[in-house]
Amino acid sequence: MLGPQCDVTSGVSTLSPLVSSLEMESMDPHHSNLTPQPSAQGKSKLQVQGFNFFYGPVQALFKVDLDIPENQVTAFIGPSGCGKSTLLRCMNRLNDLIEGARHEGNILIDGVDIFNPSIDITDLRKRVGMVFQKSNPFPKSIHENVAYGPRLQGLKNRIVLEEIVERSLRGAGLWEEVKDRLHKSALGLSGGQQQRLCIARALAVKPDVLLMDEPCSALDPIATGIIEELLFSLKKELTIVIVTHNMQQAARVSDRTAFMYLGQLVEYGRTKQLFTNPSKKQTEDYITGRFG
Amino acid sequence: MKQWVKHFMASGELFIWGCGAGLSISLLMIGGLLVLILLNGFGYFWPADLVELTLKDGKHVIGQLAGEEVSPKGIPRIRVKIGNRDLYGLDYRWINTDQIVERATPADLVMVERREWGNFYGRLRTLGKEDQTVAEGSEAVWQSLPALLRQAESSDAESTYMLLVVDANGREKSIALGQVMRVLRPNNLSKLEKVWVYAGNVWVVLTTEPREANTEGGIFPAIFGTVLMVMIMSFVVTPFGVIGALYLREYARQGVIVRTVRIAVNNLAGVPSIVFGVFGLGFFVYGVGGTLDALWFSDRLPTPTFGTGGILWASLTLALLTVPVVIVATEEGLAAVPREYREGSIGLGATKWETIWKVVLPTALPGILTGLILAMARAAGEVAPLMLTGVVKLAPAMPIDWTWPFIHLDRKFMHLGFHIYDVGFQSPNVEAAKPMVYVTTLVLILVVVTLNLTGILLRNRMRRKYAGSAV
Repeated sequence: MLGPQCDVTSGVSTLSPLVSSLEMESMDPHHSNLTPQPSAQGKSKLQVQGFNFFYGPVQALFKVDLDIPENQVTAFIGPSGCGKSTLLRCMNRLNDLIEGARHEGNILIDGVDIFNPSIDITDLRKRVGMVFQKSNPFPKSIHENVAYGPRLQGLKNRIVLEEIVERSLRGAGLWEEVKDRLHKSALGLSGGQQQRLCIARALAVKPDVLLMDEPCSALDPIATGIIEELLFSLKKELTIVIVTHNMQQAARVSDRTAFMYLGQLVEYGRTKQLFTNPSKKQTEDYITGRFG
Repeated sequence: MKQWVKHFMASGELFIWGCGAGLSISLLMIGGLLVLILLNGFGYFWPADLVELTLKDGKHVIGQLAGEEVSPKGIPRIRVKIGNRDLYGLDYRWINTDQIVERATPADLVMVERREWGNFYGRLRTLGKEDQTVAEGSEAVWQSLPALLRQAESSDAESTYMLLVVDANGREKSIALGQVMRVLRPNNLSKLEKVWVYAGNVWVVLTTEPREANTEGGIFPAIFGTVLMVMIMSFVVTPFGVIGALYLREYARQGVIVRTVRIAVNNLAGVPSIVFGVFGLGFFVYGVGGTLDALWFSDRLPTPTFGTGGILWASLTLALLTVPVVIVATEEGLAAVPREYREGSIGLGATKWETIWKVVLPTALPGILTGLILAMARAAGEVAPLMLTGVVKLAPAMPIDWTWPFIHLDRKFMHLGFHIYDVGFQSPNVEAAKPMVYVTTLVLILVVVTLNLTGILLRNRMRRKYAGSAV
């Protein structure tokens, strides 16, 4: 067994590429988020309280407690099967679709329990948008994809719809690329464009929170970079929760990071803190690549 | 050697050849069937030359050549369509080739198409009215015929002109001009004129009503009946099949009951169609139809209105027969819709129904159409249940006409499949009706192909609409 000191030093040395990337990015004016911001102390948007989750007899989450602050990017990291996607999908109750799934504990959004029977579930999902791992534009035109959400809310006015579509596509940084082909099939777009279209589609219903489940795992580095850029502009208006496998990505884009392992929240804190000076050994082992 | 065999077996070469052979045999058989139908079907319309044969015993025979073979006794012989059913009683005759002294194709031979007794082959002699003669001699009659025929056709009064014709051996026969449909001199026609006559014959078959116990004339009512029945069936079967599949796949709790229902539905597709016919007769015709009659058409009883076979009941019976096909295809189409689409829609705040209506169903539409295409193909070819639920050999009126309420779903109708059976096996003169069987078969195949092509084109359009260039 190595002593704790040895561990820390070796950990830091292997961490150095990550740290340097953090430093490099912090020179970028956009990335000033790495310095603590006043909003970091701002009120929390989502609160997970003593949350257990079960797929039938299998427990997937154990007593998770977590406060997600407003207008920040919070990243969930952890090895496959650690429950990070499950937790994310609980936040807009998408797991309700799974037969035999049940939960204990609360998730509060702006202080209101989302599992409260008086909550309108479709209303919740409008407030908490979701972007999936596999980009999933509907087999419709680009315009129809973005207008889908607003139309569900009963919006029929063509002019208003067009405005929303343009605003959402601009918000997702896709407008310039697709403005001449809005009525072409969305499936003709590239993978990265499709994923940004899904972001635009989620933005169109004006959510407060955007949940992203490994949004870049199927994308090439350039498309990934574009989406990461997007997160910085989006978080001015939204609270973003992102699940990622890619630790560099978590380090680059998030303000706070939660490390999960085997259904438990191991460590949660400021990203810089967590990556440079993790307080738990499991966290350190994971981010230094010793397992996972 | 052993090594070689082992290697050969392991390479799978044998099985590839086996598969290839199996496929080739199937294709060959289908191709052979199609060629047979096409040749005989399309050959029917061609105005073949009239041949005059002189036999050893001095007799003459006029007719169209209709095949040759070596008889079981080893003597080569030819088959001649001699027509003149009223004189000879037979339409075809076998003649041993060694009996034939001379073959000729004189230009003055005529083929008289009559409303009764089939064609007459022979020569024209005189054209007259009671005791006065208008024209005498082959050429003179030929010249004066067209005008009088047109006149006979346009005037309502029965033409009193009589046409006197002679057969090969000089037997005379007088035909009322009202009975004559057309007089042709096939030997005198150029290729182009024959093509014109051919097109005319096709047109007649496709657009006119049958004559002579269905063995002559057209098959338009049968074409119309078939298409209309398939369309009514499609209108009924699509919503029912889709709703059934939607419930089974999307809403029902997957378990023993749903699995049992699914197996039952699949087995329903294997029930003999006549059983559906019996059910249709008992349930739709006597049950539903009888009740409708008692409720709304009681003044017409005991003559049934809906309580007897009709196109509606036949269509509903066939819808019942084909609903499993649609359910199975739709279920597969629904299952193929990626989960991501559903989650994406629900994640945007859509309810389950909105998701199904706006995303799942449009995506599954090509699959649904595939089911419908299969159902239409099955329905168009089905005969047995129709015989119990509303098909007749000769329908006095079409299911759609110009008298109010224009669509008469209670009427009986004609159907191409039943027409084949009726003409081929129930007509008094099976031999003479044979070409008509081929023609009807050909038309039925064409109708099915057309319906299917329409469905396939529609499906491809959907696919193009919903899928982009990339995926």
